[in-house]
Amino acid sequence: MVEEEVKKKFEAVEEYFINMGPQHPSTHGVLRLLINLKGEIVKDLKPYCGYIHRGIEKMCERNTYPQIIHLTDRLDYLSAHQNNEAVCLLVENALEIEVPERVKYIRTIMSELSRLASHQLWWCVMGMDMGALTTFFYGLRDRERILDIFEENCGGRLILSYNCPGGVMYDIKPDFQKKVKDFLTYFKKKLPEYNELLTGNVIFVERTRGAGYISKEDAISFGVTGPSGRGSGFSCDVRKHCPYSAYDKVQFKEILYSEGDSLARYKVRMDEMLESISIIEQLIDNIPEGDFAVKMKPIIKLPEGEYYQKVESSRGEFGVYVISKGEKNPYRIKFRSPNFANLSALDKMTRNSKIADLVAIMSSIDLVIPDIDR
Amino acid sequence: MFLYDFTELTSKIHAGLVSSLGEGLLTTTIELSIAGVVVLLFYALVGLFLVYLERKVCAFFQCRLGPMRVGPWGLLQTIADFIKLMMKELITIKSADQLLFNVAPFIVIIASFLAIGAIPFAKGLHALDFDIGVLYVTAVSSLGVLGILLAGWSSNNKYSLIGAMRSGAQIVSYELSVGLSLITIVVLAGTMQFSQIIIGQTDGWFIIKGHIPAVIAFIIFIIASTAETNRGPFDLAEAESELTAGFHTEYSGIKFAFFFLAEFMNMFIVSSIAATVFFGGWMPFHIGGFDSFNHIMDFIPPVLWFFGKTFSIVFLMMWFKWTFPRLRIDQLLTLEWKYLLPINLVNILVMSLCVLNGWHF
Repeated sequence: MVEEEVKKKFEAVEEYFINMGPQHPSTHGVLRLLINLKGEIVKDLKPYCGYIHRGIEKMCERNTYPQIIHLTDRLDYLSAHQNNEAVCLLVENALEIEVPERVKYIRTIMSELSRLASHQLWWCVMGMDMGALTTFFYGLRDRERILDIFEENCGGRLILSYNCPGGVMYDIKPDFQKKVKDFLTYFKKKLPEYNELLTGNVIFVERTRGAGYISKEDAISFGVTGPSGRGSGFSCDVRKHCPYSAYDKVQFKEILYSEGDSLARYKVRMDEMLESISIIEQLIDNIPEGDFAVKMKPIIKLPEGEYYQKVESSRGEFGVYVISKGEKNPYRIKFRSPNFANLSALDKMTRNSKIADLVAIMSSIDLVIPDIDR
Repeated sequence: MFLYDFTELTSKIHAGLVSSLGEGLLTTTIELSIAGVVVLLFYALVGLFLVYLERKVCAFFQCRLGPMRVGPWGLLQTIADFIKLMMKELITIKSADQLLFNVAPFIVIIASFLAIGAIPFAKGLHALDFDIGVLYVTAVSSLGVLGILLAGWSSNNKYSLIGAMRSGAQIVSYELSVGLSLITIVVLAGTMQFSQIIIGQTDGWFIIKGHIPAVIAFIIFIIASTAETNRGPFDLAEAESELTAGFHTEYSGIKFAFFFLAEFMNMFIVSSIAATVFFGGWMPFHIGGFDSFNHIMDFIPPVLWFFGKTFSIVFLMMWFKWTFPRLRIDQLLTLEWKYLLPINLVNILVMSLCVLNGWHF
């Protein structure tokens, strides 16, 4: 009995707490993780959110619907376009407005370009988190070209605010199609370089295989969506299951891997980049002529009721839930942010793994902190 | 035989000192101080150059230009950085172990400084040349881990402590591989004295003379010495994405610069040892029997040969630092104990058989 007590005491002493963040190079923002370590092994982990809480949902309740769009950019800044689209679709569906085909095509192309840019940034950060700093510059070099296209057509590079209820803010520039096609031919040549640098690297594969396992059941119960969920075999692609914009007009595969580890999540994103390229290629030559927006009333008032609209953002299912009392601003708004749900599964994924793996797992689920805190 | 011999210069200085001051303590002291100052200056210069080289090499790997603003092609950038580091405030944390915290950077830098004395840069350009040179260098260069451990422990920071624990496990393990791969060549050379090892390569470098086992030993040496100098992909002690900066998180100013400089100098030292032991050090490229060819090669100064070889290996080490992701600690130890060490032991056996039966060139 005494021995057991001594052993228990020692075990208690052996475990120690460590604060990762809010200032830490690989939490990519101000996420704070309180980690219980035993040597180098993570025993359990508690995320503490709120360091970048700006009260966006509350701010939205005060603002009109066209104003809300500019706030959704600031949630997940890497999928700003998809977030905008969710609010626009919600307003359009509530008012039962049919947007022109041209708008649908432009929105879809822009969404997929955003997804490409986001996955490029994820790829270079994933390499950097695992110590291969060179990937960071390769990814940013190619992402720059997408941002240039955004800058020319939307006016912004990161925070786009390109969508508005009823269409898009401005028409696309005449050379938009040419520039996008140029980029795609360029990027298709560069993608094998990505694979050479990380995917085929023995050290990288050994570090990610089996790390951060989460089963399909757990992924569903935690609500892990997007590429992270599809890495566990959870078929959750909103583009496929409830198509919006022009996604019902294109052929694309939903990438599914059943391994559920970091390597599977990595592969899902790499394959999704190829799918995004093929989606853009199918649409880019067929953008129909027409208006770029429907004429809306100067003050948009949603009829009384509850509305929900979801889209597939770069990180998972992004949903907007609105309760309207018939005013020009929502009575209550709630964003279902994919990162918040994905973060909740981090504890499950990292238990009993090394602290070095924790960093790799965190970048494999690709967290954006402002989306968690809102 | 060799056109550029520094023995003449050193013996002239010695003769001049003896004739004016006579043999005695004073002469020895002056000679030792001259040697010390020269090595110290060399140490600082090579350190500054290596920092510049690393920044440029990594920049070119990453589609950047690197430092370009200070001086032509940014050549004065490291000097400017050095002045900045000298002028920065030295922060000592209240709860740190004051003595150990302040001593640690000096241990690290002294260890690398001691090792550089034993490296022959050219014929006669050699601060220390004694019959256990190889043993001395491996012994002295492993002292650095003490400094890293002390730095991690005394900082009173959990991140630093994890970094120090990792580097303890890592350096102690990889020391074995470094030593054993050097022993493989010592078996072939039949001596541990660096000058004799180089003379033994007059008719061909050991990596050619010792063919397969020597090449295996070289590969193992490069892997293990990268790990021993705490550089990527084995930079677990620093691991900036996991441990912010590992063992030197809490250091600032010139004390941080000491760790930084020591890391670069250790890289230079292991590269120069690899160049000396496997590629003949300052010995020009010779082929046994081709006397006229060998004579032409002798016209290239040995200092150029030495630095050419050393910086090629330094470049190789930078190359894989900027390409590979970092290993995990358990993979690192598995690599050493399950792969490198057994291969190394078998390799020594093969080399001994080769030497005994005369199966080498």
